[in-house]
Amino acid sequence: MTYTPHTDEQVKQMLDVIGLEKESDLFSSVPSELQVHGIDLPKGLDEFSTFEKFKTLAAKNVTNKTIFMGGGYYDHIVPSAVDALAGRSEFYTSYTPYQAEASQGTLQVLYEYQSMICELSGMDVSNASMYDGASALAESALMAVRISRKRNKILIDGGINPTYIKVVETYLSFRDIEFEIIDVENFKTNRQAVLDKIDESVAGYLFQNPNFFGTMDDFTAIIEKLHEHKALAVISAYPISLGLLKDPGSMGADIFCADGQCLGNYMNFGGPSFGMIATKEKYIRDLPGRIIGRTLDKDQNEIFVLTMQAREQHIRRHRATSNICSNQNLIAVRSTIFMSLLGEEGLENMAKLCFSKATYLKEELSKLDGIEVLNKDDSFNEFVISTPLNSDDLLLKLRDKGFYAGINLTNIDEKLTNKVLVSVTEKRTKEQMDALIAAIGEVL
Amino acid sequence: MSATIQTIFDKSQDGRKGIALPPLDVEVDAKIDSAFLREKKARLPQVSEFDVVRHFTNLSNKNMSIDKNFYPLGSCTMKYNPKIAERVANQDGYLNLHPHVITNNFNADVQGSLETIDMLEKSLCEVTGMSAFTTTPQAGAHGEMLGVMMIDKYHKSKGEKRKYIIVPDSSHGTNPATASMVGYEVITIKSDENGAIDFEAFKEKMSHDVAAVMLTVPNTLGMYNKRIKDLCEVAHAYDALMYYDGANMNAIMGVARPGDIGFDVIHINVHKTFATPHGGGGPGSGPVGVNDKLKPFLPDLGIKKEGDLYEFTKGGENSIGKISPFFGNYGISLRAITYMTVLGSDGMKDASSKAVLNANYLRVRLKDYFDVPFGGMCMHECVLSAKTLAKKGVSAMDIAKYLLDFGLHSPTVYFPLIVKEAIMIEPTETENKETIDYFCDTMINAVKLADENPEEFQHYPKTLGVCRPDDTRAIKELDVKFHSQ
Repeated sequence: MTYTPHTDEQVKQMLDVIGLEKESDLFSSVPSELQVHGIDLPKGLDEFSTFEKFKTLAAKNVTNKTIFMGGGYYDHIVPSAVDALAGRSEFYTSYTPYQAEASQGTLQVLYEYQSMICELSGMDVSNASMYDGASALAESALMAVRISRKRNKILIDGGINPTYIKVVETYLSFRDIEFEIIDVENFKTNRQAVLDKIDESVAGYLFQNPNFFGTMDDFTAIIEKLHEHKALAVISAYPISLGLLKDPGSMGADIFCADGQCLGNYMNFGGPSFGMIATKEKYIRDLPGRIIGRTLDKDQNEIFVLTMQAREQHIRRHRATSNICSNQNLIAVRSTIFMSLLGEEGLENMAKLCFSKATYLKEELSKLDGIEVLNKDDSFNEFVISTPLNSDDLLLKLRDKGFYAGINLTNIDEKLTNKVLVSVTEKRTKEQMDALIAAIGEVL
Repeated sequence: MSATIQTIFDKSQDGRKGIALPPLDVEVDAKIDSAFLREKKARLPQVSEFDVVRHFTNLSNKNMSIDKNFYPLGSCTMKYNPKIAERVANQDGYLNLHPHVITNNFNADVQGSLETIDMLEKSLCEVTGMSAFTTTPQAGAHGEMLGVMMIDKYHKSKGEKRKYIIVPDSSHGTNPATASMVGYEVITIKSDENGAIDFEAFKEKMSHDVAAVMLTVPNTLGMYNKRIKDLCEVAHAYDALMYYDGANMNAIMGVARPGDIGFDVIHINVHKTFATPHGGGGPGSGPVGVNDKLKPFLPDLGIKKEGDLYEFTKGGENSIGKISPFFGNYGISLRAITYMTVLGSDGMKDASSKAVLNANYLRVRLKDYFDVPFGGMCMHECVLSAKTLAKKGVSAMDIAKYLLDFGLHSPTVYFPLIVKEAIMIEPTETENKETIDYFCDTMINAVKLADENPEEFQHYPKTLGVCRPDDTRAIKELDVKFHSQ
């Protein structure tokens, strides 16, 4: 199947106009010794056979388990209106809104997106999205170094999602930026250790709240010390938690970043999701990525535009703040629609549901002999349990009983022997949690 | 007259709800430490579901899009995005797959997705002639960054730290920006009178301090460089690596393969060549292919097949590490392999052939009306210039704005930077002759209007409700979020 609409007669007419005899003459500028004759792949399929092929492959994936896994990707609700609206091809088949008059739809959605991210985070300005939470954090670290001018050191809290840390390490190592990871203590930021490391050489400190293990914390003292030493506080947060938890702006954070998968998007085996970055107004020139602004047109009508483009690669080339070009626009559109549906009360209620249901599961799990919840008192909707069984065995047996009961932390950090990270969202019912508890009881 | 815009925030009414959440079905008595709590609510709009549906539906109508309009943005390959890819990717088996399933080593549960990634990697190897691919980069520029990181590691593995990356002055802005992002200095080489990289200047700048050369092929002028193999040989003589920016791959599928020519690393923009939706600016996916030289440096994670089972692999000891937590924008990669499956070997070759046919037909129809900075056959896109029109007061931007009123999205303007008043047109293969004729007729009408009444252009577009934003005001009176009155 091809999607080329040319009739044989039209091909002939067009070649005539160009002054060529046959289609292969179109490639006369490609030296003949470089030309290949065909591609060694199967011939094209009709749409229906193609769908059957990919339907069969989809059936090889398992998606009928009850999910208690989080770790940056969450099984949250996705309202029908999100799919319906973001599925409009006026959104998904348009491109970067370079021609403002022809792109007011996308531009206005992104302006609303930026406004919502500022509300969530309490920051002054947001860009129009990054690739994902991990790259947003890495770009935030680079931004902190850029703002600090001459400093070249980043402190990384060990409570940050370990896959994010790996991405940050990659970005920093090629720039010869020094970094140091400060291990957590009992799944919580080692505050004294962090305070001791802050000095005039530090450009920024990256931390996560709630952290990877689900632990909530108060970072006021650390942020104060960072500011005393003119270093930046860079927070990665779980957007849903911001329905209840202190917003980064009120904490005094300088750069906020996050992953947006949880806001009305599917898990998609890890992507596409999108990343957020927001900051204080004084740092807007150091933000990477697109920014949308509202201005007036020549007749004094309000109009949305791409603005502050002098930061970006298509204008600034090697002096740009980042090489980023594509954002994750459509996913940011989805989340703007999702946040509109939620409203301020919906966001708060969703956060409460996650916290309350997780609290129930924590309490019930603690009653099981041998299971200990290691950050019971200060965790949000994720928490760490220790198991008397080998965690691989435990999780495999629970899988066979229909549960993805959590992430095996042993496979992330071998020091975390037989520890499992359990996550609860608003989607989990009491019935499902009781069934999980019963299943664990049987396995133990 | 002046119109103000109603944002979703302006439509908010205290107490209105847009969603019913699942019920709280447990009884717990736990409180969060007040030091952790926010004091002020996030003021998201309070609107009904129907308010949301009407608001965003109306906004969608304010976009031009491929499904509605001819969208000949040069360098962006705005081809038709087949609906089958959406149907495939929107199946539960793909959407609701949690990536940490593989952290728990439950590989058996993700066999379908691992197989699709493997299919895409192998197909891309075949189309490009590279020996391995990774789908972890989330966009073209992300792929570029990965490519340059691997190049850096390659030199370091030989105990060298090189300083420069060469890019031609016709390159995409992401090329020099990427080089800086990975810590390199940029050497820019001018184009010659044919629009190709100046071969003599290139030879002169080449040294053992050059880590790599980044080239777009065909280049951003839509031209295929006949000396491409010589360029590779010169660079390789200094052990500098050749980077292929695959943004324009749509021109040469089944015609020439970067790997055969001698390129060491390539990125592909699947939202261009392989028809995944542009999404208003993303998400894309930027798979990177390498030859054997760079294989050891591939990122975490990869795919391999052991017996009948697909497994994920972590990067080896020389891997550059992770640039994405898992497999990048998997959902987009899935759409790309769906498209490749439908097209097949015959369809891909046909796509490139018709893309070049459409571009050349368009070029010939317009060449007597506009300046043609570099003559001769083009590949999948052609670059014209409004230099002569500009003398009458009509710029490339004026032409761009004029087209909008005729249901045509503008071509790319003012890029490549080396062409004054550039108009870069990429019709793609999925447009029919009637549409291209209509576009050409409208362009010719614009030239006539420029002769008769050049002042008139300032009023275009007339039909879209807004016209010509004040970009300076946007920066001076910065308004980048909603403020309640």
